[in-house]
Order: sequence, then C-alpha cells, then structure tokens
Amino acid sequence: MNESRMVGTSKVTGTILSALGWIIALGMFFPVFWMVLTAFKHERDAFTSPPQFIFKPTLEQFDAVLSGGLTAAVANSLWVTLASTALVIALGLPAAYALALRPVEKWQDVLFFFLSTRMLPVVGAIVPIYVIARDINMLDNVWTLVILYTAINLPIAVWMLRSFMSEVPTEVLEAARVDGATLKQEAVKVLLPMIAPGIAATALICVIFAWNEFFLAVTLTAVRAQTVPVYLVGFITSEGAFWARLSAAATVAAVPVLLAGWVAQRYLVRGLTLGAIK
Amino acid sequence: MATSASAAPAGAMRRKARSITLAQERRRRRGPLLPALIFTIIVTQLPFVVTLVYSFFSWNLLRPGSREFAFLDNYTSVLTDSSMWSALLVTVLLTAGAVIASVLVGLVCALLVDRKFLGRGVVRTLLIAPFLVMPAAASLLWKTTMLNPVFGIVNWVLSPLGVGDVDWASQFPLLTIITVETWHWAPFMMLILLGGLQSQDRSILEAARVDSATTWQSFRYLTLPHLRQYIELGVVLGAIYIVQTFDSIFMITQGGPGTSTTNLPFLLYQEAFRAFDVGEAAALGVVVVVLTIIVATYALRIISRMFTDPVVASRVVDVSMFQKRERKAEEAAA
Repeated sequence: MNESRMVGTSKVTGTILSALGWIIALGMFFPVFWMVLTAFKHERDAFTSPPQFIFKPTLEQFDAVLSGGLTAAVANSLWVTLASTALVIALGLPAAYALALRPVEKWQDVLFFFLSTRMLPVVGAIVPIYVIARDINMLDNVWTLVILYTAINLPIAVWMLRSFMSEVPTEVLEAARVDGATLKQEAVKVLLPMIAPGIAATALICVIFAWNEFFLAVTLTAVRAQTVPVYLVGFITSEGAFWARLSAAATVAAVPVLLAGWVAQRYLVRGLTLGAIK
Repeated sequence: MATSASAAPAGAMRRKARSITLAQERRRRRGPLLPALIFTIIVTQLPFVVTLVYSFFSWNLLRPGSREFAFLDNYTSVLTDSSMWSALLVTVLLTAGAVIASVLVGLVCALLVDRKFLGRGVVRTLLIAPFLVMPAAASLLWKTTMLNPVFGIVNWVLSPLGVGDVDWASQFPLLTIITVETWHWAPFMMLILLGGLQSQDRSILEAARVDSATTWQSFRYLTLPHLRQYIELGVVLGAIYIVQTFDSIFMITQGGPGTSTTNLPFLLYQEAFRAFDVGEAAALGVVVVVLTIIVATYALRIISRMFTDPVVASRVVDVSMFQKRERKAEEAAA
C-alpha cells in the first residue's frame, strides 16, 4: 500500500479501491475480450440471447476472412505502415539530432511548428489532397498513404526522438569527441546505441497510428490499395448475419497493434502528449 | 546527420571548427533539419493553402469544366445552410461530452492505478487497451455485439435493471457515439493524469498527513491544483482530436438517424465524397480549421508553458562567441 497517498484510509477502504480498479479495468477491456472470444465462435453461437461464454471453439471464421480479401488488406496495411514508419525515422532522426544536440537559436519555434502541424485537422486538407491525387493518378495507391502517414507521424517522431536525445548527457558525447571521434562516428557509434530503445518506442507508436488510420484510407483508396480498416467497411451492411466473422476480422486488425502498444506502453505518454510529459 | 566533418582527426576538426564563420555554423546546424521541415511544409501546409483557394471557387467534380471563381458564394451557402449549423452543434456537443466524460473516467482510473496494489501493472495494461484497438474495428463491434438491441451484451447486462430491448444507436445516437469515444479516449486521459500524479512531490502529501489532513482535503487542496495543468493539457489535446471524430460515426450511424450525429468532418465527407462539391467542402474545411486553430493556440500555449529543456537551451549556437571572434579577425586584418 502506498502510505503517502493513502492518508488516513483503513485496510478495508484500500481493498475496496483495489477491487474497484480491477472492476473498471475489466469493464473497459471487456469489448476487446468479447471480440477475441466471438472470433472463435460458429455464427450460431455468436447470435444468442443470453450471450454464450462457453462454446466449442473453431478457426473457421479466421479461415474465411483470411481467404476472402483480408490477407490482401493486411499486406497493404503492413506495407503502408512499415514504409511510412521507416521514412518517419529517416527524416525524424536528423531533425531530432539538430533540435536536441546542435540547436539553432530558434529551435523552440521549429519544435512548436512541428507540433502545430499535428494539431491541424486532416479534414481541412483532404479536398485538395484528393483532387491532386486524382489528377496525378495516385488514387487507390499505397504510396499516397505512405507519404501522408509520414507527414502525420513526423511531428510525433521529432518530439519523441528529440526528448530521448536531449537526455543523453553532453559529457558522453564530448568524451567521444576527445577520443577522436568524428561527428559521424559520434552519431553512429555513441548516440545511436544509447537512444536505440527510444527509436524503437517511437517507431512502435508511429506503427500504431498508421495501422489504425481510417479517414485518409477510406477517402483515398478503393480496392487495390485498401487497408485493413477500409476492408472492415464491408461489414457495415452485412453485420446482420456475420458477427463471428466480423470479430475474427477485427481481431486480426486489432491484436497486432494492441501488442505493439503494450510493449511500448512505458513511452506511450511521451508520444501522445508529444513530449510534453515524460 | 551533419556530414561536413568527414573522417578527419579531432585536432584537424578543431582547427577547422575554429575557422568557420557564424553563417557557416548556422548552415551546418540547420542542414539536418531541412529534409523534415521541407517535407512537412509541402505535405501539411500547402493543402491548407489550396483548400483556402478552392473555397472561393464553384466547382463540382461530377461536372467537368464547372470550375469558376465564386468569391464568397460557398461561404454564404455554407453559413446559411442549416445542416452546417446542426453539424456544428453536434460537433460541440460530441466534443464537450466526450472530453468531459473521458477526463472524469480517466481521472478515476489514474487515481486508482496510482496506488500500489496486487496486479496494478495488469490493470494498467488492460486499461490502455481501448486506446490501442483500431477505432474502426472497435466501432463496428460496439454497434453489433455490444449494443445490438436483442443480442447485444449491454442490454443483457442492463436487463436486471429493467432496461428492455433498447436500440441504442437509433434511439440515443449521439449518446452512443459519445460513449464509444469516451471508451476510446479515457485511457489517453488516464495516462496524462497518471503522469501528473507521479510527478507530484510525495513529501508534501506526507506533511499534510502529519498535519492530520483528510484524504479528501489533501486531494482537493494539494493534488487537484497540481493536476490542473495536466487536466488542461488533456482537455485541449482531447478537444483537438475529438473534434475530428469520424471513424465511429462512419461505422456506427453514418451521421444518422437524419443528421443527428452528422458532425463537421462527416458533413465535409458527404459534401466532398458523396456530392463531389469541391468548393463547399473546402469552405467547410476552412471553418473546421479556424475552429481548431482557436483550440490549438490555447493548447500550444499550455504545452510551451510546461515545456522546458535547459540542457538543450545551453547547447544553442553561441552567437556572441562567433561575433567576438569575427570582430577580432577583422581587427587583425585591419
């Protein structure tokens, strides 16, 4: 029990609060649990009143969705997510380096400019993006999404990477320089290994946002380049009959990123508040 | 990375560094910033300028050659159209409702998780799941397996309370969207507020306990004031993101029934991608951007107030040192 916070509370109150924590957590998590559970049902078990918690599990639904278009959507999503994340890191690392280790006088202005681009609504830009993509034949093309997702994630990456780099003590870098390291050696041999966990966390958070993005995907892609959330749109109309199948598709769509988020959860706050809170 | 200093030994680099001018040093420091900066300006700023331009044109993609200058026509038709005002109202209600609810739920969760107890890590991990699950997928599941009037879990759970076969998505559409958005954003608020709680100085709370303050008193007069700026940050960031709500409306209600859940982004989507009216959609886009800028200005102010990094500030290029050196060089030359 954390004594300093639990001022003047008895053991009973403590137990009640712990139980309350568990109840709320299980309640919030329930839709996710129910999704995974329903994904293993036959349709007849998914559609019952009262709902069934015990049933004979099947992989039938996963087979059905994966052989029916979801695989192609997953491939598109994977490609868009990984390519945009790689680009984000490639552009973000030098920028973060400049902002954390060799800042110009107006470094804070640059930093807040990046931040402000993340706050502007995508709907304010979608019309010209659509018209331009149409005019240069880039509609329904994965590369259009790669470029746009890079732009969306870049401010987050710059802020996160910058905050990790600024934590590297100046003395360490100076020591390397005294030992005769060039700027390039200093960056690759000293700095990169030190911030490797930070780069990984940043990449994971970019992956989460890119994988889950819906608005740009649904407006700019159709069949060929459709990503996983666009594939799910097909279930809006057929929902009446296929809950188990929908749950299986949603499980495939949601679980990889859920795991990535859990791995990176220690750094999640930093990414979400763009470095305002460490 | 700065490539100017290649594989030269340290001594040579020093000598070279000593001889460079302020302008050179600035260029060298600015270099690594440029790719990201230029990319961001082109991809994120230009479209807004073009949106502004389009908003002065009457232009429908379904009628080729229909593009002509219309000055403020789009704005007058958008601003006199009742659907835009209804969408604005929906946007405000949805944003206010979801932000307030998610901050409250997030605060409760943060306070509960801030204590040490059995399985605290697991509870925290379970609590952040709603934020990570793909919103499009989660929305579809809420609409079907959770909120279906006959077979949904929610009505089954509520049935002992006498709730019948309520069709949430059509009888209470806005409440449904607010609930789904709150479920999604509460973990985000919890993480921000937890960050705030953990940055609080515990010895102050200890001192309050010694002075026999009650739990409520030390929460009300110590913790809450400390949390204030974190709550503000959560509110403004939440508002910026929730104003843009699209996934859940698209998946659950398609803006309906009628226009009861059509917010500004969804209205813009309909104008642009169902009616293909570029001009009016662009004018709507400008309205949304202006609204967002008002909130974003406030958000940026809060973040810049919380943001300090003295270490980085100390690394800024030393202008006076360069100027002194250059003056000395000039004197020597003269």
